[in-house]
Amino acid sequence: MNTNSDKVMDLSEAVRRYVAEGCHISIGGFTLNRNPMAAVYEIIRQRIKGLHLYAHSNGQGMDELVGGGCLAKLEIAYGGTGRFASTCIRFKKAVQEGSLQVEDYSNYQMTLRFLAGAMGVPFLPTRSGLGTDIIEKWGFSREMRKADPRLPDYKLRVVENPFGSWGDAEKLVLVPAIHTDVAIVHVQKADRQGTARIEGLPFTDVEQIKASKHVILTCEELADTDEMRQNPDLNQIPFFCVDAVVHVPFGAYPTACYRYYDYDPAYLSDYSKYAQKDESFKTYLEKFVYGVSNHREFSELAGKERLQSIKADPRTGYAVNLDRR
Amino acid sequence: MDYSPREMMAIAAAREIRDGDIVFCGTGISMLAAMAGKHISAPNSVIFFETGAIDSQLEEVPLAVADPRVMFRTSVNGSLADAFATMQNRFTGAHVVGILGAAQIDRYGNLNSTVIGDYEKPAVRFSGSGGAADVASFVNRTIIFMQHEKRKFVQKLDYMTSAGWLDGPEGRKNAGLGGGGPWAVVTNMAVMGFEEETKEMYLREYYPGVTPRQVLDKTGFEIDISRARETPPPTPRELKILREQCDPQKLILG
Repeated sequence: MNTNSDKVMDLSEAVRRYVAEGCHISIGGFTLNRNPMAAVYEIIRQRIKGLHLYAHSNGQGMDELVGGGCLAKLEIAYGGTGRFASTCIRFKKAVQEGSLQVEDYSNYQMTLRFLAGAMGVPFLPTRSGLGTDIIEKWGFSREMRKADPRLPDYKLRVVENPFGSWGDAEKLVLVPAIHTDVAIVHVQKADRQGTARIEGLPFTDVEQIKASKHVILTCEELADTDEMRQNPDLNQIPFFCVDAVVHVPFGAYPTACYRYYDYDPAYLSDYSKYAQKDESFKTYLEKFVYGVSNHREFSELAGKERLQSIKADPRTGYAVNLDRR
Repeated sequence: MDYSPREMMAIAAAREIRDGDIVFCGTGISMLAAMAGKHISAPNSVIFFETGAIDSQLEEVPLAVADPRVMFRTSVNGSLADAFATMQNRFTGAHVVGILGAAQIDRYGNLNSTVIGDYEKPAVRFSGSGGAADVASFVNRTIIFMQHEKRKFVQKLDYMTSAGWLDGPEGRKNAGLGGGGPWAVVTNMAVMGFEEETKEMYLREYYPGVTPRQVLDKTGFEIDISRARETPPPTPRELKILREQCDPQKLILG
C-alpha cells in the first residue's frame, strides 16, 4: 500500500530497495511472454541470493534466476519455454542436482493461491488435482514447514464438501494463500504514480500484484496520468498497490511484449545452447548479465537490426513472418 | 501421397475434434491438431488456451501458449483464472476437449509430466503440470499425444501429475472428480481408446504400415488389439490444409 504521487526510480534502486536476500517473490508473465527480464537481470547482477520464488509458468525469467544462483526455493506449476526449451534447462539441472528445493502445483492451483492472497482469505477450494501426486507428494517436508513461519503447515488439504452435495462436488482441495514480499511485473504503460495497463493477456499478474506487500512495475512507456485516466477501463492495476515505477523500454526482452515486440527466437535459441553446460552458462552470464551495467546496454548487445526484426506489427501485435526456426 | 508420422498424428487427433467443441490446447503438435480440426471438419470449434485467449485467430503457429500470436483477434483476452473457470463452469465445461501430452502414461490414461525417479531426488526432471492437471481434472474428454515407446507406456507411473481414469471405472468418482476423462491416445503408430466397462486402454486404430503386433511391442502393458482397424490415411485435402494453412513454415511438422 503506497499512495505517493511519484514512484519513478531507476531499476537498480528499486531492486536494492525491495528485493533482499531470502525474500519471497513472484514475477509476472508466462513462459516467453512479458517476463520482467530487465528486473530479473538486475537481481542477478546485484547477486541477491536465497530467494523464494512462486511461479505458475514463468519460463525464461524463472530459469535465469535459477541459473543466476538467486533462488533457494521454488513453488512452481510449469518450467518450460515452449519450443525453445520443453523443460527449462537450468531449472532441470538444478532440480536433478538437488541444489534447488522445489514443490509442484498446477497452474490453476497457483492462480487460486495468488487470488487467495489478493482476497485476504487463507485458502480457496478447487477440484483440481484430486487423486494425483500433486496432493500426495510434498517438496517441502512437514518439519521444514513447521520450522518456517512463512510456510503453511500443509501443502494442500483435501476436505469433504461442507455444503454436502451442493455444487456436485463431494471433495475439494484447499490451496493455501500466497503472500509475497515483492511482485515484479512488466507492463506496457504506467504513470508515475503506478496506475498501470497490461495489453494482451494479463495472465495472473493482477492477482500476483495484489497478493504482494510491495510491487515493482517496469514499463515500456511512462504515460501521463491524464492519458491513463481518459480510458480507465483499460487499466487493471490501481496505483496504491505499486511501490516503484521504472521506465524500461524492452524491459521484457528477450521475451515478448504484446503490441511492442515479439520474443527473440535467436536469443532464446542461443540461451538454450549456453544453458546446457555450467561452463558455457558462466560465459553467458559474464557476457549478457554481469558484462553490462543495465538493460539498455544489454539490449544494445542484440543490435538495432535484431530489435527491429522483432518489432510488433501494428495490426497483429507481433512480428509477422519473423524467422522463428 | 507421401506423409510423415507427425502429419498422420496431427490429422488423427484433428479427426477426434467435433464441431462445436471448445478445444483447450497446449504447445506443439496439440496446437496444430486443434488448428487442423477447425480447418478440416469442425469449423465451429473454438480454440482456447489456458493463458486466457479465447477463439484465437491463428494466422501463424504459436510456439508457446503465451505466444503473442494467441492474443490476436480473440473474442476475449482473459486471465488464467478465467480460462480454468471455463473448463469447469457447468454451462461451458461439458463442451471442453483438452489436448495433453506427457512423458509417461499408464493403462488408465493417468499421466506423468513431472519426474522420472523419486520426486525428492529425480533422475530426470520435466516441466511439471502447467495446466495439465487442471484440464485432466475438469474437462469432459481429453485427447493425449504420446510417442509410442515402452518406457513411456508403463505399468506404473513414477509420478501422477494428471488424473486419467485413476484405478478404473470408479476411480474418478471416488477421488471426487467430475464425469469426463481420457478419450483417445494418439501416438506416432496408433490411436488407443478406453474400454467403456473397465476404462482400460485398448487399440482402436493402427496407422497404415504399422501392425497391431508392433504396437503391442512398444507398449509396456497388455492392451486388447482384437477390435483394431487400420486408420484411413490422410486425404489430400487434409494434408493440404495441414501443410498450407496450419504450419506453412514447418515449425512443428519439421
